[in-house]
Parts: sequence; C-alpha cells; structure tokens
Amino acid sequence: MNQEQFIARHEPQWQRLEQWLDADADRRKRKAQWNGEQQLDFPYLYRQVCHHLALARSRLYSQQLINRLDSLVLRAHQRFYRPTVNLREKLIEFAAAGFPTQVRREWRLVALAAVLFFGPLLSMLSVQQLYPEMVYTLMDQQQVQTFEAMYSPDHAERIGREGDSQSDFLMFGFYIRNNTGIGFQTFAGGLLFGLGSVFFLLFNGLYIGAVAGHLTQMGHGGPFWSFVAGHSALELTAIVLSGAAGLKLGGALIKPGRLSRLRSLRSAARGAITIVYGAALMFFAAAFVEAFWSSIAWVPAPVKYTVGLGLWLVVLGYFARMGRGAT
Amino acid sequence: MSDALLDTLRNVETPEGIELKLAVAGPVVRALAWGIDSLIRIGIYAGLAVIMLSAIPGGLGIGLYFIAVFVVGWFYFVVFEVYRDGATPGKSAMNLRVLHDDATPVGWSASMVRNLLRFVDFLPILYGFGLISMLLSRDFKRLGDVVAGTVVVYKDNARGGSAPPAAAPVAPNYPLSLEEQQALVSFAERSTQLTEERNQELAELTGPLTGGQDPGQTLAQVFGIANWIAGRR
Repeated sequence: MNQEQFIARHEPQWQRLEQWLDADADRRKRKAQWNGEQQLDFPYLYRQVCHHLALARSRLYSQQLINRLDSLVLRAHQRFYRPTVNLREKLIEFAAAGFPTQVRREWRLVALAAVLFFGPLLSMLSVQQLYPEMVYTLMDQQQVQTFEAMYSPDHAERIGREGDSQSDFLMFGFYIRNNTGIGFQTFAGGLLFGLGSVFFLLFNGLYIGAVAGHLTQMGHGGPFWSFVAGHSALELTAIVLSGAAGLKLGGALIKPGRLSRLRSLRSAARGAITIVYGAALMFFAAAFVEAFWSSIAWVPAPVKYTVGLGLWLVVLGYFARMGRGAT
Repeated sequence: MSDALLDTLRNVETPEGIELKLAVAGPVVRALAWGIDSLIRIGIYAGLAVIMLSAIPGGLGIGLYFIAVFVVGWFYFVVFEVYRDGATPGKSAMNLRVLHDDATPVGWSASMVRNLLRFVDFLPILYGFGLISMLLSRDFKRLGDVVAGTVVVYKDNARGGSAPPAAAPVAPNYPLSLEEQQALVSFAERSTQLTEERNQELAELTGPLTGGQDPGQTLAQVFGIANWIAGRR
C-alpha cells in the first residue's frame, strides 16, 4: 500500500481523534462530548492510531506524515495516562492514615533526627545554666538583647514580639514564611548526602537551646516557656520530621542497597515528600497557634502549660496510634 | 544508521509498543524560561504589595502579604505544572513543558519534589549545581528532575504540513530502497519551505536518477518521482 492509499483509508480516524482531543481540552465542550450522542471508543481508537504510526514508520512513509502521527499519538498518550486527582479523598486518607504510617515506617530516621535536634538543644540549655557566656558563641550582643526584649516580663499585651503593636496576623504570615521555609530547607539539604539536614538540625537545636538557656538562667524563663509551650509540640516535631525526610534522601544516596543510587533516590523521594507534606501542615498549624495564642500575655502560665502539654500528648498520640489497623 | 547520529531525542516506549520521541530542552532555554518566570514573580510580589499594603490597613495587610509571598514563592511552579499542562508562563513562552520520564503529564508528588529541591540546585549561586547536573545528565536533568523522575521537553507543535508541488507522476528508472523513497517524498513536501535555488541544488544531487535530463527539468523530474512513490498517480 502506498502513502496516498494509506492516508485516504485512515484519515477519517485521525481527524476524529484530533477533534475529540481538541474538544476534550475545552472544559465546556468536554462535558457535551462525554454526554453526547456520538460517543467515541477512545482507547480503541488510540491503539488503532498507534498501529498506524508503527506501520508508517516501518514502511518509511514521508517524514511529514510520521511527524503528524507522532504528535497525535503523543497527545492521545498524555490524555490517556493523565493521572486522576481526587484531592479531597487523598487529603483525608493522608491525614488519617498515610502520614502517621509513613512516619512510623521511618521511625529510625525520625529518632536520629530527634537526637540530632534535641541533643544539642538540651545540652546547650543545661550547659548555659553553668556557663552563661556560652550564648555568645552563637549570636552577638545585639541579637541577645533583642531576645531579652522580646520575652521581657514587662510586656503588657504580647510576648515574643519585637514591638507591642505588631498585629497577630502579621506574625502569622511571618511565622508561616519563616518556619516552613526552614523546614523545606532542612529537607532539601538532605540531598547533599544528608549533610545539609544534619547541619540544619544541629544548628537550629543549638540556637533554640541557647536562647532558652540564656533566658532561663537570666530569670526571664516565665514568659519564654509559657510562650513556647503552646506551639512547641507542633513546631519542634515538624522540624524533626523535615530533618528525617532529608535524612531519608541522604540515606538513599549513601546506602542504596540493591538499587542503583538513582533508583534508590527516586523511591526514597516519594516516601520523603509525604513526610514533608505533613510537616508543612504542622508548620502552618504551629504558626497559627504561635501567632494567635502563644503570645497572649494575660493568659496565666499554668493554663498555657496545660494547653502545651495537651498538644504534646495529641501529637505523640497521633503518630503512635492513628492509622493502625488500616491496611 | 540513525543510532550513530547525535541528537537530543529521548525515546520513551509506551505500553502500546510505540516509541515516543521527546526533544529534551537544554540549559540555555531553561535559563531563559526561568528568567521570564522570575520577572513575572517579581511583578506579582510588587502587585501584591501594592494591593495588600495599601488596601488592607495595618498588620492584617502585612500578614496577608507574607502569606501570599510564601505561597507564590514556593507554589508558583507547582500549581502551573500540575494544572496548566506542565508549563509555567515562562516555560510556555519558550515552548517547553515538564513531563514524567514516561511522557505522562506531571503529577503533584513529582512537581513538589522537583520544585522543593530547587533549593539545592540553586547552590552555590544561580543554579550552579543544577547546571552541572544538566551538563552531566543525558536528558539535561537538573537535580530536582533526577530525583523526581521528570524531564523538560520542547512542546510538540503541530507542524503545518504543506502539500507537495503538483507534477506529473514519473516512475523512477531503477528500484529505490525505502530510505531513498522516504528521502524523496520528504524533500517534495519540504520544498515549499526552501528557496528555488536550494531546491534545484538538492535535486541535482540525485545523480543517476535524473541523469541525462537538462538542468531545467531535474526538479520537475524529482517531484514527479516523489509523487509517483507517494501514490499520487
């Protein structure tokens, strides 16, 4: 069969497929098409056109015809294999089972990240009580004074801010940008064989420990601890989880097992990104609590400590129990 | 023969047994697309600043602005890639799109991974690691693409076909191989895009096929043979 006969025989099918794809790309026309009278057996037609392309290539018809069929097959392939997203269901499944089970699956890395984060934090905190000048190894005089002012007991309305007049919403936006950004960077640093994540975890742990230790040994511990009590459960856990996700990437590079480094990295990334989604949501929640609850000065400290403890129990319980029994 | 030639086509085999050929995009055009996207994002930040800081007073406006900057900064690329056919405005302008390795449209996970890892690609300055990765990779993948399993390709524009010039079909005076037939027919279809002199020059390369013809007739002879091969008898 020569080219002209081939085209004459199959052109109607190609045009039909092209029209169908064009209408499908337009949302209004797509609905009309799906409910319309002339339904198209798309999978069958797609396979037919693939067959025509194979024929055209093997018979070496003109390049123009082959290119046209190439484009048509590529378009149809993308329509055919387009992933269907049901966002609501996926979100519910993620929150109820996907996220906690993934964290439990990676408990070793989470434990390692927790050690890398809380270890320096607690050591810096305790060392500071004996050697108060340790804080100056991490930050200079001006930064220390800023912190002292932020958590000073003399604040009338709001603690933890650099000026009484800054609104809650402003700080909400600031915390979202600041903290989630840190979390994402901690995760991304994992690609450098895990060293980036390790660095961010250690540094943030030391920094927070230094601030906490300095304020405590100064005697301003009251405002500071009641400030962090509320959102610490969410935020510190989110930092540890971001670090764990980064370590998962690094671990895939360092110890790929029986896969090539590339494959190992790809499969690790799929699991790690799940943890990052969850950590991002926790950062948002932490920012909400930090902006609208933690800084209120007139709430008595015991109430804040109770709320903080409650949140810790909720977070730990969520990761320990949620999603068990569902396969 | 074609395996020995150097090109940037990536072959993807589909479950239907067809090999799709994707033209992968190199660093320069991707850098231009990123430049356009950056300008657009700066414009968005400026626009948001004007709207939010002047229309909504005080802390609420600044807070909303921070949130908006965060969302735009981290999710601009992801939203466009997932919902706009794999192309941000900058990539669309340069005729590029993002696909999975197997030529399927890019999904949420892959898009999030490749865009979150921009942080690493950007080191030490201005996508240094990303550029090194692109130059070392066979498919011009930066680190984010490598981990996410995506690839940036040129969008396949429907090339307008042109009808070959009409000429009386002439049978060739000796049998031609399939490659030669394809070459002649393709030449005839391309001839409208070439100049007259170039057409003449190419037609004279056919040698024994059109030997013995006076130069004015060579081109018509070649077109005639092409029409005959294609079946326009």
